[in-house]
Amino acid sequence: MATTATAPVYAPAERYVGESGVWSWLTTVDHKRIGTLYLFTSLFFFVVGGLEAGLIRAQLSGPNKHLVSAEMYNQLFTMHGTTMIFLAIMPLSAAFFNYLIPLQIGARDVAFPRLNAFSYWVYLLGALFMNSSWLINAAPNGGWFGYAPLTTYQFSPGLNIDFWVIGLQILGVSSLAAAFNFITTIINMRAPGMNLMRMPMFTWNAFVVQFLLVLAFPVITIALVFLQFDRFFGTTFYAIGAGADPLLWQHLFWIFGHPEVYILILPAFGLVSEIIPTFSRKPIFGYPVMVYATMLIAFLGFGVWAHHMFSVGMGPIADTVFGVTTMLIAIPTGVKIFNWIFTMWGGSVQFTTAMKFAIALVGLFTIGGISGVMHSSPPADLQQTDTYFIVAHFHYVLFGGSMMGIFGGIYYYFPKMTGRMMNEKLGTWHFWLTFVGMNVTFFPMHYAGLMGMPRRIYTYDSGQGWELFNKMSTYGTVLLIIGTAVFLWNFFRSHSIGAVAGNDPWKASTLEWSIPSPPPEYNFARIPRVTSRVPLWDITSPRLASEVPHTKRGDKRLDVDVASKHVGHAYPNPIGNQPKQAAEAGLHIEHATGRTAKDLGIPMPNPTIKPLICALGMTIMFSGLLFIHKDNMSLALITIIGGALVMTMALYAWLLTPLEDAH
Amino acid sequence: MTHASAAHGTHAHSAHDDTHGHPPTSTGLDNKKIAIWAFIGSECMLFASLISTYLIYKRRSVVGPYPHDACLPPLCSTPLPAILDIPITSASTFVLLMSSLAMVLALAAVEMKDQPKRTTGERILGSSKLWLWMTALLGATFLGFQAYEFTSFVHEGLTLRTNLFGSSFFTLTGFHGAHVTVGVLWLLSLLAIDYRRGLGPKDAINVDLAALYWHFVDVVWIVIFTLVYLIK
Ligand code: HEM
Ligand SMILES: [Cu+2]
Repeated sequence: MATTATAPVYAPAERYVGESGVWSWLTTVDHKRIGTLYLFTSLFFFVVGGLEAGLIRAQLSGPNKHLVSAEMYNQLFTMHGTTMIFLAIMPLSAAFFNYLIPLQIGARDVAFPRLNAFSYWVYLLGALFMNSSWLINAAPNGGWFGYAPLTTYQFSPGLNIDFWVIGLQILGVSSLAAAFNFITTIINMRAPGMNLMRMPMFTWNAFVVQFLLVLAFPVITIALVFLQFDRFFGTTFYAIGAGADPLLWQHLFWIFGHPEVYILILPAFGLVSEIIPTFSRKPIFGYPVMVYATMLIAFLGFGVWAHHMFSVGMGPIADTVFGVTTMLIAIPTGVKIFNWIFTMWGGSVQFTTAMKFAIALVGLFTIGGISGVMHSSPPADLQQTDTYFIVAHFHYVLFGGSMMGIFGGIYYYFPKMTGRMMNEKLGTWHFWLTFVGMNVTFFPMHYAGLMGMPRRIYTYDSGQGWELFNKMSTYGTVLLIIGTAVFLWNFFRSHSIGAVAGNDPWKASTLEWSIPSPPPEYNFARIPRVTSRVPLWDITSPRLASEVPHTKRGDKRLDVDVASKHVGHAYPNPIGNQPKQAAEAGLHIEHATGRTAKDLGIPMPNPTIKPLICALGMTIMFSGLLFIHKDNMSLALITIIGGALVMTMALYAWLLTPLEDAH
Repeated sequence: MTHASAAHGTHAHSAHDDTHGHPPTSTGLDNKKIAIWAFIGSECMLFASLISTYLIYKRRSVVGPYPHDACLPPLCSTPLPAILDIPITSASTFVLLMSSLAMVLALAAVEMKDQPKRTTGERILGSSKLWLWMTALLGATFLGFQAYEFTSFVHEGLTLRTNLFGSSFFTLTGFHGAHVTVGVLWLLSLLAIDYRRGLGPKDAINVDLAALYWHFVDVVWIVIFTLVYLIK
C-alpha cells in the first residue's frame, strides 16, 4: 500500500507569528482571531455563570439556609440561566463557527470579515451591559424566560428587567449578524469540489443552526420590543386589564425558545461528529442520514414550542398535537445517537480526552432526551413541570450535551488554534471530575423533582425528603468546580508549554488539518481541490477513505464547476492510488513556511476599528432607554441620539471604505 | 507559490490561479446577494410576529376606538368613529406600489449606464438619478401619508396607549414605516454616490440590494394593507 509513503512529514515548528498588541486585537477582522476572542470571552462568562450556580447550590445545600436573600436568589438563578445560554454556550459555539467554518470549507475568511468583528463586539458589549446591572444591585430577576406580565412595569418596576430586555435585544443583533455572515460563507465560499454533501458534519450542523437563528431570533426580538414598549412607552401588549392575552409572551418566547435549544445543542453535535470518526478511524456512519436528521430536527423544532405550556390549559387538542410532535422529534435525534454508536462500532477507538467527552455526550444526552420524551406526554408533564425534574432534564441536555461536546471540541481543536497540545493527563482528570460531578449534581434532581420539589424556590423546609438529594447536588457542584479549575489550568498552561502539535496531530480527515497549526492569516496558500468528504484521508489514510463516495470517472455530477466555469474535476477514485490521484486533482498538504499573505500576494482585508465603534454606538443607544425609567428624559434623549449618531457615522465610514487595498 | 505545488500545471488548475485575487464564489452569485436574502428571511419572521399579534388582538380591546366599527355609548362615553380610513390608505398604497416600479427602472438604468442613448425616451429611461429620486420621493410621500394618518388617529383619540388596537396597530405600521425610512435613506445615499461619481454597471449589485429590500418592504405593506385595512 502506498499509505506509509505519503504520511505527512511535519515541518519543524516554524510557526506563523501574527501581529500582537491590544490595538491589533481591537481592529482584527481575521476570523481566527475573532474566534479566539469569542472563546476567551465566553469561557470567562462560563466561569461567571458557574460561580452564580455555586452560590445557588450553597444556598440550597440544606433546608432553611439564609446565605442569600430571596431577592438575591432570584437574581442569581436568572443571571445563571441567561449567562449560560446567551453569554457562554451560544458564543462558545460561535467561537467554533468562526474558527472552523472557513477552514473546513477551504476558504480564506468569512464572507463579511468586518461584520464578523461587529458581531463579536456587540456580543461583548451586550454581555458587559447586562452584567453591569450587578454593580447597582439590580440584576435581572424574572427567570431566563422572563414571563410577561410578571416582567411588565406594574409587577417589576425596578431596572432589573430593563437590563435584561435591553441586553437580550443587543445580543440578538450579534447573533443575527453572525448568522447572515455564516450562511453566506457556507453557501458561497466553498473550495472547488466541496459540494454540500461533502461538507464536514460540523459545518453542516453550523449551517442548520444559522437558519434556526435567522428564523427564531426575530420572534423573540418582537416579544422583547413589545415588552420594552410596555415598560417604556405605556403600550398594553401584556396588560391583562386592557384585554391582553396572558399567553402572548409565552407563545412568542417559546416559538423562539425551543429552536433555541437546538441552537444550543447542534454545534456540540457537530463537534462530536468530527471527534468520533477521527478517533474511531472510520468515516462517520450514515453521513446523508445525519445531514437529513439535522435538518429534520431543525424543521420539527419549530412545531413543538407549546410543550413548554402544557400546564396553562390549552385544551386537549393542542396538548395532543404538541405532545405528538415533541415525541416525533426524538426520532431524528435518536438516529444521530445510533449513527455515532455505529461509527464507533468496529472501529479502532482511541480514548483521548476529546473522545471521552464525545462518548460522554452520547450517553448523557440520551438520558436528557429520554426525560424529554417523558414530559412530552401532557399528563406526565403536569406532574413534572416547574419541578426539579425539569431542571434535571435540561441540565442533562445542556451540560451533558452541549458543554460535554464543547469541552471535547476544545481538546480536539486546541492544537489547531494554538499549535500546541493540551495535556492529556490533566484532561483525564478534568473529564472524570466533570463526568462524575455532573451526574452527582443533576441525577438526584430527578428524584427531588418527582418528590415535588419546585424549581426557583430560594429555600425549603426540612422533612420533605429533599435534604439528601440537595446535599448530593451541592457536593457534585464542588466536583464540577474543581474539574473546571483543572481545565482552566490545563488550558492556560498548554497554551505556553504544550507539546508542539504539527498540522495534523489526530490524523483527521477534514481540510483544517491540511494546513499548519496555528494557520497563517490566509489559511490556505492555495485553495484546495476537494476529492471526497474525507479529503485529507484521501492523502494520509486512503484505506479509510475507500468506503466514501468519490467522483467516478465520467460522473458529471461531482465535477468541479465554479461560477459555471469548468475548472477540472475531483479525481475519480477507486481504491489503490488515491494519494497520487488526490494530489493530481489539486488536494495538498501545506507546511508551515512563515510566509505572510503579502509575500504570497494574497489579498487580505485591512484591520479596522469601525465595527467596534459601530457596536459601541449601538450599545450606548440602547442603554439610553434606562434613563426613561429614571424619568430623566433629556439624558435619555441625549444618550439615544448620541449613540445612534456614533453608530450611523461609523457605519457609513465602514461601508465607504473598501475591505482591502486595491490590487 | 508554496512548495506544495506538485500538482501544479495539471488540467485542474488551468482555469485560474487562485493564489492571487479571490477565488470565484461557489454559486457565482455575489456574497451580498445571498446575505440580503438571508436578511429578508429574518425580516419575514419579524413582520409575521407583528402581524399575528395584531390579528390576535384585533377584537380584544376593552375600550374604543376600534378599527372598523364606531364605538358608541355606553361602550364609549362619547361616540368614536371607526378609525381606519381605507380610501386614503389605498392612495398611499398605490404610491408605494409605484415606487417599486420606479425602483425597477432605476436598477435598469444603472445596469445600462454604458449603452448609448439616442432618443429622448431612452435618455429618460436611462437616467438613474431620475428614477432613484422618483423612488425616494414616492417613498417619502408614503411616509407623509403615514404621518398624516397617525396624527389624525391621535386626534380621533387613538394613541399607542389607548387600547390593544392602538398598541398593536401603531407598533406594526410604525415598524413598517421605519423600514421605509431606512429605505429612503439608503436611496438617498445611493443618489449621493451617483452625483459624486456616477453609478455604473459595476455598482448594479449595490443598487440591486437596495431594490430587493425596497420590494420586500413594499410586499410587506401589501400584506398589511390586506390583513389590517381591507379585511374587516
Ligand atoms: C429529545 C429531545 C427533547 C425533548 C423531547 C424535550 C422535551 C422538553 C419538554 C417537554 C420540556 C418542557 C418541560 C416543562 O417545562 O414542563 C422541556 C424543557 C426544556 N428543555 Fe427539552 N427536550 C428535548 C431536548 C432538549 C435539548 C436538546 C435542550 C437543550 C440543549 C433542551 C433544553 C430544555 C430546557 C432549557 C428546558 C426548560 C425550559 C425552562 O422551563 O426553563 N431540551 N424539554
Ligand atoms: Cu422545548
